[in-house]
Amino acid sequence: MTPPAGATAEPTPTPRTAPPQEVEAITIRFAGDSGDGMQLAGTQFTNTSALIGNDIATFPDFPAEIRAPVGTLAGVSGFQVHFSSQDIHTPGDVLDALVVMNPAALKTNLKDLQPGGILVVNSDSFEDNDLKKAKYTSNPLTDGSLAGYKVIRVPISKLNREAVKEAGLSSPKEQDRCKNFFALGLVYWMYERPLEPTLKWMKDKFGKKAEMLPVLEANTRSLKAGYNYGETVEIMPVQYKVGKAKIAPGRYRKITGNEAISLGLVAAAKAANKTLVYSGYPITPASGVLEQLADMRRWGVKTLQAEDEIAACGVAIGASFGGAIGVTGTSGPGICLKSEAINLAVMTELPLIIVDVQRGGPSTGLPTKTEQADLLQAMFGRNGESPVCILAPQSPVDCFDMAYESVRIATQFMCPVFLLSDGYLANGSEPWKIPDVEKLPKIEIKHPTEPNSDGTQFHEVGDGVQGKYLPYKRDQYLSRPWAIPGTPGLEHRIGGIEKQDVTGNINYEPANHEHMTHTRAKKIENIAHTIPDLEVNGPADADLLVIGWGGTYGSIRAAVERCQRKGRKVAWAHLRYLNPMPKNTEAVLKRFKKVLVPELNSGQLLWLLRAKYLVPAEGLNKVQGRPFLVSEIEAAVDAKLG
Amino acid sequence: MAATSLPTLTTKDLTTDQDVRWCPGCGDYSILAQMKKALATPSVPKEKLVFVSGIGCSSRFPYYMNTYGFHTIHGRAPSFATGLRLANPDLQVWMVTGDGDGLSIGGNHLMHVLRRNVDIKILLFNNEIYGLTKGQYSPTSRMGTKTKTSPTGSMETPARPLTIALAAEASFVARTIDVDVQHLTATLQKAAAHKGTAFVEIYQNCKIFNDGVFEYATDKSVKADNLLYLEHGKPLIFGKNRDKGIRLNGLKPEVVTVGKDCGPDDLLIHDETLEDQTVATMYSRMVGPEFPEVLGVYRNVRRPCYEELLEKAITADVAKKGAGTVADLFKAEDIWTVE
Repeated sequence: MTPPAGATAEPTPTPRTAPPQEVEAITIRFAGDSGDGMQLAGTQFTNTSALIGNDIATFPDFPAEIRAPVGTLAGVSGFQVHFSSQDIHTPGDVLDALVVMNPAALKTNLKDLQPGGILVVNSDSFEDNDLKKAKYTSNPLTDGSLAGYKVIRVPISKLNREAVKEAGLSSPKEQDRCKNFFALGLVYWMYERPLEPTLKWMKDKFGKKAEMLPVLEANTRSLKAGYNYGETVEIMPVQYKVGKAKIAPGRYRKITGNEAISLGLVAAAKAANKTLVYSGYPITPASGVLEQLADMRRWGVKTLQAEDEIAACGVAIGASFGGAIGVTGTSGPGICLKSEAINLAVMTELPLIIVDVQRGGPSTGLPTKTEQADLLQAMFGRNGESPVCILAPQSPVDCFDMAYESVRIATQFMCPVFLLSDGYLANGSEPWKIPDVEKLPKIEIKHPTEPNSDGTQFHEVGDGVQGKYLPYKRDQYLSRPWAIPGTPGLEHRIGGIEKQDVTGNINYEPANHEHMTHTRAKKIENIAHTIPDLEVNGPADADLLVIGWGGTYGSIRAAVERCQRKGRKVAWAHLRYLNPMPKNTEAVLKRFKKVLVPELNSGQLLWLLRAKYLVPAEGLNKVQGRPFLVSEIEAAVDAKLG
Repeated sequence: MAATSLPTLTTKDLTTDQDVRWCPGCGDYSILAQMKKALATPSVPKEKLVFVSGIGCSSRFPYYMNTYGFHTIHGRAPSFATGLRLANPDLQVWMVTGDGDGLSIGGNHLMHVLRRNVDIKILLFNNEIYGLTKGQYSPTSRMGTKTKTSPTGSMETPARPLTIALAAEASFVARTIDVDVQHLTATLQKAAAHKGTAFVEIYQNCKIFNDGVFEYATDKSVKADNLLYLEHGKPLIFGKNRDKGIRLNGLKPEVVTVGKDCGPDDLLIHDETLEDQTVATMYSRMVGPEFPEVLGVYRNVRRPCYEELLEKAITADVAKKGAGTVADLFKAEDIWTVE
């Protein structure tokens, strides 16, 4: 049986004989018009793959325009899934298979398909008009330009309409809306996946209301028709099989970074026995967190969609003043607006969590694309000297742990904590081992109920007053007490004006301001006493350290491990705590002859490391709105080691 | 409510040890004194009172009240006060702002807090000038007001705080003046008793940068002819001899002399409980010299507060699906087990 290649005719049905071929990992992308349901098809494929035991990582890629004109290049939406029988950390560099629903999707995605890769094409959407919209001057299906790929032409639109004509849908337009399921069914067959999880999902979603039953029927027929088409028509040289991954035992679910942040915040608030108050203003790619939390009423979560970014931050700080866990979430442009309010939390030393799901900037930039360029903004983007804690989750799953940790730090140290996620983590998903509730860290919060003045600290002596509440009397880490309104006898006032240490009274004295500036900085540095050391992964005699932060973890780890397998003397480390950094960071950096810092910016962590530790680190920088490919980092490591 | 069970506070209990730093003769002193009086007896317990402010002369207010207080950032006080109410709906939250803080830099937040009807008592000290920055025109400065930044006179139409509040669906709207201490105290008490956002504009004299701008309303010889005090259920009467009133002529108000132009029954009767804001808006647009300026409670209606609705939504969700545990939190449509 010869595989159809290049410009082939429609395949003729023949029974399949070849057994499935076992492969370690496959990367596949569904691409189509933003109205074609590609995100849904990709999500279903991912869920099914996870359910049958593969390790998975996903990367949705969609346009900023909700519905760009149909069939145009601007409107192409894609969903990439990497599934494997091995432990994987990225959504995959190059595609083994690409499913395109129209010429625009072909044009924008073909460059990522590896030579000889499988290209499934909806051949019904390659009419002159479709080609014109995608700016093709000749038909790629017939002009030979696809000769290097295994092209599988399927008249998806026609076959789908045929399949659903009896389902009771009212119009051809509605019938066409099922064609993503036809494509999905076909791909399920290609990779030997069961239909049951998706059929069950359809039933749950559409089977509850009588008026939705035709939709259920049509989608079911579409999915099965796609699968059966694959089985009956010999369209592929072989069927591929990806076995179960060796994954630590436990109960798993799939989770995106945004979901993990929501769950981490709620779980931490519960552990602290506190109300979570989350206020945000809709902004891509952070809106998901506000949406999820708004739907968590029965966990006592309180949300407010504020009138603007500033108010959202104000609501969070006001809630913290009142004794709740105040959180605001946004993306880079929103951080610009919140800066002044964040500084009020710095000055009044109140807990505040700021979720920044970074996207391409500056200004409106690339709303739906990922970037890591807000690190220095989080560090320095406010007036005056304004130290804050900065955390960065390294994977979708890690978003849970770091969100949880942000609550611990904000309340223990009475300070703002930035959580720097990014668009890639926010929308990407991976399997998450559901944590054991009993084993989640405890978060203990004590609100004073009695006055704390005993004449033992500096300004108290001058006052000679005992039995007063002193809002800025500090503990061993320099954190101040959190007395909350409603507590009798502890009435006090706080605000943004510089204040005397210990008493919190307004104070403009030069020496006091310097003392307070240093105290605020020292307090943030003290967080380092409570965080884990930076872990180094690699041979003890490595010449090169590759160190990163945030969402580049998967690519860095995969690339360095690949180099290590080739015998390269290279190690990797990943910073999840960026301010303060772990105490051993300097020692780690100075152990290596060479340090490489891959970042999706022009060198922001690099700038900090060089400034703080005087190390000759070098950057590997990419600012294209897309994550690193593993091969890009691998090539850089090879180049460094000669 | 059992008034006898409430604590009795004195104004001294509500005074802090901080020196008051307003200029001598500032209208803010009077407001501070009346605020303490209004809260003194009977009051909610002191620890449940919170004063939140923005930036400006008026916003120093929290430092002088021996309650919980939060001096926040310019114009944004409504957001902090909202967050506080979400965290603890048991607190009585007061917000102090000014014409610059509340209507210029904070105009957006003011509109939305009123619309959401968060249970906060907002006091807008209107002195028609930027005082703390030493005398620039504000959004309420009258056309032609000469200041350092408007040397030839302000060229902007002034904002009308109460018109804005009514347009933003405020459920309680009132106006009073710093020097009429009895009316001021009574108005503050009515605001305190309101459930929902209470918005009170207080005419306040800035002794240094805008002295005498409200002279028509404070000068004993003319004020009775220039001010009209609203009373719920009573006709709109004013004037030194209490013989002038407001009558509706179609949709327009007109000043009439009772006994000469009409009888007392022809006058407009004030009803603060009207759902429709048309008449209240009309009051807010009456300015001298054609009309008396209207003091008192314009509007006082009950509608649900954001935080009440949120609590209800939580209660309803808990009733329907049970209180959420952390274990529930982790559930998903598809869970699989790896052996």
